[in-house]
Amino acid sequence: MIEVRHLNKSFGAQRVLEDVNFRIEHGDSVAIIGRSGGGKSVLLKHIIGLLQPDSGAVLVDGENIVAMNERQLLRVRRKFGMVFQGAALFDSMTVAENVAFGLRRHEHLTEGEIARRVAATLDMVDLPGTEKKNPAELSGGMRKRVGLARAIIYEPQIVLYDEPTTGLDPIVSDSIDKLMIRVRDQLKVTSIVVTHDMRSARRVGKHVLMLHERKIYANCTPEALFASSDPVVRQFVDGVADP
Amino acid sequence: MNFLAGTWVGVWLAGLGRITLLSREAIASVLTFKFSRRDVLYQVYFIGIKSQSVVIVTGAFTGMVLAAQTYFQFHKVKMDTATLAVVSVSMCSELGPVLTALMVAGRVGAAIAAEIGTMRVTEQIDALRTLATHPVDYLVVPRLIAANIALPLLTVESMSVGIAASYFVGVYLLGIEPTYAWWNMLKYSHDSDVMIGMVKSVVYGGIIALIGCYKGLSCSVGAEGVGRATTEAVVYSSITILICNFFLTMLLEQLCVIFGL
Ligand SMILES: Nc1ncnc2c1ncn2[C@@H]1O[C@H](COP(=O)(O)OP(=O)(O)O)[C@@H](O)[C@H]1O
Ligand SMILES: [Mg+2]
Repeated sequence: MIEVRHLNKSFGAQRVLEDVNFRIEHGDSVAIIGRSGGGKSVLLKHIIGLLQPDSGAVLVDGENIVAMNERQLLRVRRKFGMVFQGAALFDSMTVAENVAFGLRRHEHLTEGEIARRVAATLDMVDLPGTEKKNPAELSGGMRKRVGLARAIIYEPQIVLYDEPTTGLDPIVSDSIDKLMIRVRDQLKVTSIVVTHDMRSARRVGKHVLMLHERKIYANCTPEALFASSDPVVRQFVDGVADP
Repeated sequence: MNFLAGTWVGVWLAGLGRITLLSREAIASVLTFKFSRRDVLYQVYFIGIKSQSVVIVTGAFTGMVLAAQTYFQFHKVKMDTATLAVVSVSMCSELGPVLTALMVAGRVGAAIAAEIGTMRVTEQIDALRTLATHPVDYLVVPRLIAANIALPLLTVESMSVGIAASYFVGVYLLGIEPTYAWWNMLKYSHDSDVMIGMVKSVVYGGIIALIGCYKGLSCSVGAEGVGRATTEAVVYSSITILICNFFLTMLLEQLCVIFGL
């Protein structure tokens, strides 16, 4: 369970998050939507402790991670897997080394066991046999998949996705959506997906959090969001610019 | 201290504070063995083996020019055979460690800052952190240990090559009497000169690795961020090395006198 309470964050004079509150239950899958530059990535990074808020609390299974230092956070972060917007693959390593990274850090396994787990996870993200490739050789969609494989191989309880479909063509986006649903259902993880792709939010999210003007503007099911008559929500859902 | 905020003094002090915190974190990590030996070995290879050519060429030509210049001056007062002694003492306690460190700062310090800076800009550092890995354990400590191991070795190499090259120039090109030159060299060079050089090179290894890592980790996100981090790593570590060299010379020479080395 993740709970965010009265979270405030600014960078210099720029306020990014203001009194953000929400709660995500275990096993839920939540889409965080909002305009580009609206602070979605910043919010996601607070949930896993990559950024420190100016004030407020982030509770992960009841523990306030805001009060922790980097070393204490390492333990909490084992519960999380994170897929970055640009995949953030380690470009000095092969695909297999990337995927195995967390496994080597979390568990003591033999090389054979690691290779088997890497192959199984690459299979799950539909990239069998790519172990020896370098990240530079991969397409955008493949990089995202490797990033996902790296995040789920050690079986975290919560997976965070930062714009998993942004910058991909509709067909690849669709396959990533299906992959997120597969991971959610097979591994029984809590998913938190940051996106500005409404179609993706609707398919993957059981709940939607809408970030608008630094605050949580809406917290409801995708159906309620699409049916809403609120002008701000409608504008986002229909994708129209200000006149 | 708020009146300093935003001024260059304030910025400089803040940077100094952050690099001190980084050093403390790194030392704590070394003492608790939170690093991988394989990574250290790879860094020793990268910092040590791959710096061979620069260090050998620098050492050789410094020894040669030093021999020539010393000879031209000493020849006027008929002290030709003291040439190698001067070369050896300065190669061991000053030029060997400083020039090696400056060359390695240019090659390795820049590479460290660029590599870590790129990792930061592309969120690879954040990815490390989400994979429950402390960037200091994984990135800083192996480089720090490797630099502390590699620099003394490279320095010894530079000293030896420098002295050998100066012998060659002195004896074969300038015609100094080899027996006396050799004897004088051994008479005036002491173990303490080599020891001073070694202590200095360990310190400079630390400076290069820490400043390179610090500049990479604090690299600003943007197109010119990595470039700036790289340049600053080289400039700051070179200046720090030159400044430290003066104080280390004063301190270590005093210590040698006190302990009668
Ligand atoms: N590390 C940082 N330093 C300064 N400003 C930042 C930083 N990270 C994000 N910002 C700013 O915060 C705002 C929100 O960014 P972000 O969360 O990335 O938006 P998005 O909703 O598109 O993911 C942006 O205006 C961005 O410039
Ligand atoms: Mg973003």
